[in-house]
Amino acid sequence: MIWNKKYECMPRQELETLQLKRLKEVTQRVYQSVPFYKQKFKERGVYPDDINSLKDLDKLPFTTKSELREGYPFGLFASPLKEIVEFHTSSGTTGKPVVDGYTHKDIITWSEVTARCLSCAGATAKDIIHNAYGYGLFTGGLGIHYGARLIGAKTIPISGGQTTRQVMMMQDFKSTILTCTPSYALHIAEVAKEMGIDLRKLPLRVGVLGAEPWSENMRKEIESRLGITALDIYGLTEIIGPGVAQECPEKNGLHIFEDHFLPEIINPETGEILGEGEEGELVLTTLTREGTTLIRYRTGDISRINYQPCRCGRTLARIEKIKGRIDDMLIIRGVNIFPSQIEDVLMRIEEAEPHYQLILERKKGLDELTVELETSAAIFSDEVRKVEELEKKIAQEIEETLGLRVGVRLVEPKTIQRSMGKAKRLIDKRKLK
Amino acid sequence: MKVKQISVFLENKIGRLAEITKILGDKEINIRALSIADTAEFGILRMIVSQPEETYSILEKSGFTVLEAEVIVVEVADKPGGLAQILEIIAKANLNLEYLYAFVSPKGRNALVVLKVEKPSEAIELLTRKKVKILTMREIEKL
Repeated sequence: MIWNKKYECMPRQELETLQLKRLKEVTQRVYQSVPFYKQKFKERGVYPDDINSLKDLDKLPFTTKSELREGYPFGLFASPLKEIVEFHTSSGTTGKPVVDGYTHKDIITWSEVTARCLSCAGATAKDIIHNAYGYGLFTGGLGIHYGARLIGAKTIPISGGQTTRQVMMMQDFKSTILTCTPSYALHIAEVAKEMGIDLRKLPLRVGVLGAEPWSENMRKEIESRLGITALDIYGLTEIIGPGVAQECPEKNGLHIFEDHFLPEIINPETGEILGEGEEGELVLTTLTREGTTLIRYRTGDISRINYQPCRCGRTLARIEKIKGRIDDMLIIRGVNIFPSQIEDVLMRIEEAEPHYQLILERKKGLDELTVELETSAAIFSDEVRKVEELEKKIAQEIEETLGLRVGVRLVEPKTIQRSMGKAKRLIDKRKLK
Repeated sequence: MKVKQISVFLENKIGRLAEITKILGDKEINIRALSIADTAEFGILRMIVSQPEETYSILEKSGFTVLEAEVIVVEVADKPGGLAQILEIIAKANLNLEYLYAFVSPKGRNALVVLKVEKPSEAIELLTRKKVKILTMREIEKL
């Protein structure tokens, strides 16, 4: 299902013409109305008139998360406060949160892009959307809500938590689409099983899952446990919330809505723009936002970009499933590693439970990573030797795949905390100054 | 005449074993024999209980990882060389002995030994032929 064929299937040349027109407008606007950008442009010696092709993008300065924090709360808005109709913020576990202010038109844009996401995953007006993303300041709940309403689907605005009730309603309301984080989808499956309800037999058929990095093997696990097609959705509060990019059933990258968000991949260390297919940090420029308008925002997410048209009919570029956030990258004894890469190896172990946690400790000056995995009857043995062999096998697979020696410890079931939203995969016990 | 043994995965944490024995005690399940194999990180509790099926489901519902395995319980004369005689039979048949643990019957004079062997059916046949007394589940329940 393609929600907006005109833009989603636009020939590249036409799309680039549109992008350039919008980029010119947006640079003009931020220069005029956001003192922060005016100063940044001046410092770099660049002016809106210097933008004459998309290639001129690299003349513009980057925007970073810490700059957004400094602008807290309304410092970076590109529209006067009287035109703002809604606020959202990042979770902001450390320091001040990042604020996104939406004008009325921004909310219309947001509805449009999340409607595209849901359609891309197969949603129509007939669907019953079980929206278990958190409602509130977090963008997940309302973002999906707006898109679902535009499509005319029936939304259950259930938000996160009270999982037993979620399962009951899913069964009674005959929900067809689940929207939540991948880790919460797994938790719903676990609770349903305890309640004696087989989700695979319910009408639920698609999951639009996002807000945290998840691996390909985690997808398989979710699909088999819930009996659904699990598709990835991407977005971030700073840009708009969910609705920046969406995976189609081809499961080969996420279509980025380029008429609204202009993507680049850069080398996170040098800032140099990388070519198609090269891995680096995703940078986004909002082309149509009014409230919060960002130029070359460094998302901190690691991905790569593919401009080949997709079999689904969309001409929009695709970003590869996010590998992780630069902030989440662990450097352990010189090896760079993302938690999602370890997850991918763990989920390859036949019948392993998808509940794991990484513990990082410093022992005698060396960082050591221990993977804790919950046991299940399927992998447990009454013989010590076999349990130890399993631990060794997991450690070996991780070492062979990722080149890092880790400890593996099996733990009792349900001892790893379940998440209603974004899962906390890493416990850092290092005592750093 | 295989007997069902229940094993449970235990992290080395204070009070876990107490918790299990309390759960079973509350349900009036009798533990006939018990052994713990432990490493620095975890332990495996193995038990012969009066109602194995019930024990399995209670412990699973209480959130433990539980496994059912088939073992052989033999009677061993309580005298020097009693156990050796049995182990010799198993070794001669080239059957792998995974582990064993012993307990004493409150009624009899003999020791009871739980054996986990590689091919239990073969071992039973062999031991029966050598006139070793093998206990049935019913006999264990009556102990």
